[in-house]
Amino acid sequence: MAEPLLELRSLRKNYGALVVTDDVSLSVAPGELHAIIGPNGAGKTTLIHQISGMLPSNSGQILFAGEDITHLTMPQRVNCGLARSFQITSILPGFSALENVALAAQARSGSSFRFFGNASQEKKLNDPAMECLSEVGLGARAHIPAGLLSHGEKRQLELAIGLATEPKLLLLDEPLAGTGHDESQRVVETLRRLKNRLTVVLIEHDMDAVFSLADRVSVLVYGRLIATDTPERIRANPEVRAAYLGEEELV
Amino acid sequence: MTEIAETQSAPATSFTTRFEIVPLVLFAAFAAAPLLATFSGAEGYVLSLLTRVMIFGIAAMALDLILGYGALVSFGHAAFLGLGAYTVGILASHGFEDALVQIPVALLASAVFALFTGAISLRTKGVYFIMITLAFGQMLYFLATSLAAYGGDDGMTLASRSLVAGTDWLENDFTFYWLCLVCLVGAYALSRSIVASRFGRVLRGTRENSVRMEAIGFQPFRFQLAAYVISGMMAGLAGCLLANQAEFVSPAFMTWQRSGELIFMVVLGGLGSLHGAIIGAAAFLLLEEFLPEILHASSFFLGEETRAHLAENWKMVFGPLLILIVLFVRGGIMGLLRRPHHG
Repeated sequence: MAEPLLELRSLRKNYGALVVTDDVSLSVAPGELHAIIGPNGAGKTTLIHQISGMLPSNSGQILFAGEDITHLTMPQRVNCGLARSFQITSILPGFSALENVALAAQARSGSSFRFFGNASQEKKLNDPAMECLSEVGLGARAHIPAGLLSHGEKRQLELAIGLATEPKLLLLDEPLAGTGHDESQRVVETLRRLKNRLTVVLIEHDMDAVFSLADRVSVLVYGRLIATDTPERIRANPEVRAAYLGEEELV
Repeated sequence: MTEIAETQSAPATSFTTRFEIVPLVLFAAFAAAPLLATFSGAEGYVLSLLTRVMIFGIAAMALDLILGYGALVSFGHAAFLGLGAYTVGILASHGFEDALVQIPVALLASAVFALFTGAISLRTKGVYFIMITLAFGQMLYFLATSLAAYGGDDGMTLASRSLVAGTDWLENDFTFYWLCLVCLVGAYALSRSIVASRFGRVLRGTRENSVRMEAIGFQPFRFQLAAYVISGMMAGLAGCLLANQAEFVSPAFMTWQRSGELIFMVVLGGLGSLHGAIIGAAAFLLLEEFLPEILHASSFFLGEETRAHLAENWKMVFGPLLILIVLFVRGGIMGLLRRPHHG
């Protein structure tokens, strides 16, 4: 296997005696779509927070593209090419969908300490932003204030914002959470298209989506990684079935 | 879906272009006022009142830049007014009477003070930010009261207004009025540009959702600090003008009540529109000036003694009036002007 793009080495996070991330080691190969599943409260979102830099880790190391990023802040990690989406939609409600994405493009395009010139008219930022919006199927909604978009559209917008930061790796925290059937189909299609272009770490509860998209699946239970394997073998793994999949109907 | 997008965005754009009328009318009114003042018979009074309005307009607009666009509630902005004014006073007392020296020094002093206090206070959020800016403001206030050499509690009177390149042009009330108008328009144009620029967009984005901004790679602190410094310098400039307008400098320029009044002006005029802050400052100062007379005139049906009491205790009406405006006119005076367009 090629050198991993993202590597977690014995990552730990605890709040007092409560261990939320327990000695997690994981490597994600370039170009892979790696899904992390686990029952509620397994510590999936915490793990994403640690990888993205929103929460500090108590011990262990995070390596990204061969570099130790354990002590970098979230903005620094984003600038290395590590973008994320949020489980609870996080957008700028007062900005248009296009401006939400254009801001992400702006973060990647030179200094933002420019006090003159109308940023909302910059073609250099709007064109790539529009491209990202079209990619997730929101092109027609570009000029609507983001706060007025439907829930599913906001999820798609989050994805577009993530894409506009030109990441090497995209961390997606339940991109399908709360979306209707049609909308989730659209997001799954978008992810399928993205798969070929970038590396994705996906947390998701929708098993259909996980097993149809993922190259490899890791199972997290009570902060511990109990298995990492191909979707087929994860499905057959008795330990995983006992811990998690038994609760749901298998497809 | 496409139709919805188009029908919704079309009125939005014409709405913004139509809306630029308000600042134009506002500045035209300021430009026309001196001509009218000549006919009013109380030229000096009208000019000095309007000059004060413009100076506080600059200060309120400076505050609006960080309060309205960055959601940073600075409760110590009067400190910059005082800093600008004291720079003029102190330099003048040492023989540096030229505005070309005083203003750059005042801007520099404001920038340094803003950089120092901002770097500390911006590490806090919400109520803590309000309290810490208040504390820094009070710190400067008490420093000023203890400057015995520069008048201490009583402040000091300036011998004359600042010179401009050695000439005493500013002694003429009209020239000084025009200078203040130029500063006001300049500060407005600069602020407008900043708000629409890349920098301003990051500031506005941080106001809405700072976690999201970090997640796309911005460090909000740097942008907020830069905005705080710019705002402080602008308020410092207003302080220089205020010292010249009053020909007097005192610690009263930077009490926390004054900081509170600045916040009130911004909220009264409408947060986050820049010209709203100028309108708010005008409304606040003009009400403060004329409310006693308005009360006296409008209570003609009451006894003479009651009318006198009412006019004397005009603040009893002023306070509730401001509260009512803030409570029932969301978006301040600008919100009121904006409303008919929505229908």
